Amino acid sequence: MREVSIIGVGQTPVAEHWDRSIRDLSVDAIAAARRDAGVERVDALFVGNMLSGELAGQENLATLVADACGLLPIEALKIEAACASGGAALRAACLAVGSGAHDYALVLGVEKMTDHPTDSVTSALALAADADYEAAHGISFAALNGLLMRRYMHEHKARHEDFAPFSVNAHRNAARNPHAMYRTPITADDFVRSPVVADPINILDSAGICDGAAALLVAPSSEARRGRRPPVRVAASTCATDTLGLAERRDPLVWQAVADSARLAYDQARVKPKDIDFFEAHDAFTIVSVLTLEACGFADRGTALKLAAEGRIALEGDIPICTMGGLKGRGHPVGASGAYQLVECVLQLRGEAGAAQVKGATIGMAQSVGGSGSVAVTHILAA
Amino acid sequence: MELPRYHRLRGAYYRLEGSACSACDRRFFPPRPVCPSCKSQGLGTFAFSGRGTLYSWSRVVQPPHGFASIAPYDVGMVRLEEGPLVTAQLADTEGVALEIGMPVEMVTRTIQDAEEHGYIVYGYKFRPLLRPGGTAGP
Repeated sequence: MREVSIIGVGQTPVAEHWDRSIRDLSVDAIAAARRDAGVERVDALFVGNMLSGELAGQENLATLVADACGLLPIEALKIEAACASGGAALRAACLAVGSGAHDYALVLGVEKMTDHPTDSVTSALALAADADYEAAHGISFAALNGLLMRRYMHEHKARHEDFAPFSVNAHRNAARNPHAMYRTPITADDFVRSPVVADPINILDSAGICDGAAALLVAPSSEARRGRRPPVRVAASTCATDTLGLAERRDPLVWQAVADSARLAYDQARVKPKDIDFFEAHDAFTIVSVLTLEACGFADRGTALKLAAEGRIALEGDIPICTMGGLKGRGHPVGASGAYQLVECVLQLRGEAGAAQVKGATIGMAQSVGGSGSVAVTHILAA
Repeated sequence: MELPRYHRLRGAYYRLEGSACSACDRRFFPPRPVCPSCKSQGLGTFAFSGRGTLYSWSRVVQPPHGFASIAPYDVGMVRLEEGPLVTAQLADTEGVALEIGMPVEMVTRTIQDAEEHGYIVYGYKFRPLLRPGGTAGP
């Protein structure tokens, strides 16, 4: 496999874009990434998206985007892995460019969610769960995470307020990211008082419903110096799966797909967790941050809450997470979130993260998780 | 739920039928075509007793489409006495202090009302096991 680098990135703000369609958002993000790279050539397009059929009434999405961007007749495919779709689209591009099948591949993550009322979006998100044995029983995605959170609290004698530092950290970092949706800092008190979604999960445990698109241009590292911007190397790109149904795991509190994809990524990049300067974690719910930090080796089982309480996940901590707001603070346009994480990783590694900059960062990890931990895509990027 | 799909699910929904691997003696709910342990195919049907204990629970306040009429409602993960965990709605929880580890049993209830398709979808839920005195608990 050839080594692959990211030579350009672009993003729209994450927001409730009532005046923008999925087509508009896609075109904006791709134009921004191509301008950033300063490279005209595109050989293939991989679109990470979860719900265009359900919420935008549009499948064949990659063809639509290629057409709208004037990229016909290039190869264009939609990549779907639930909330991990954005990360999976970069994975597909890395396989395509790494293998030599293509030289310049565009990655887009896009989602348009806010045209619909909350109950429809809640149902759409549950499509990532088992349709017959979870979703059909009215078990929402928040409920699955509520089940995990209560069990975690039971096994590790934790209180709900112990999860507050994750949400507080996400909002604090989002305040420094001009593209983030929730830029108002919150306190632990705000967290405790937030309305319940699926007990014990409340609103401030949960990433919000929103729209957005983010794009990256990928090329062989040997060609990467042709771009305008300093290239960022893809040191690892991995994907692993676990049972679709949460209850079918030997231990639901062990996120094995996350652990497997992280372990494979550390091996590929020849690094250890302590070498990672910052981690764009998939904080769709605070309990997900906890379970992924433990599965990825940043904390021992039952100790991730302590990591957060000690401030070690903050920008100035030893393992900063969600440095530009994460899913919670930046917003979680589900199929686009993985692409946003990767764009933010690139900005950090180029030293362009502004007020959210992690000083001296040279190795970053981004991880997208789909379903209740049933698919995980991990990338390690290096300056 | 579409009628053919409901028809296919009737064994699992009405009788809590999962599958059993004769090669390695593991049991699964929901039913599986291939044993994840020993990779045997052609697993047999196995009906679970419906008895178990509560592994975790959550109260759904913000329901998905089609469940607003029963919200808020309780859902749980139940450790069946034969081993597997199952995720389901909890029934008859009003006035019961739910606790992890409490005994529960399967009951057949309405899973989806008739609003969308004109027929009711019935299936398993779990309720706290009743003591002779009428209160829940061990």
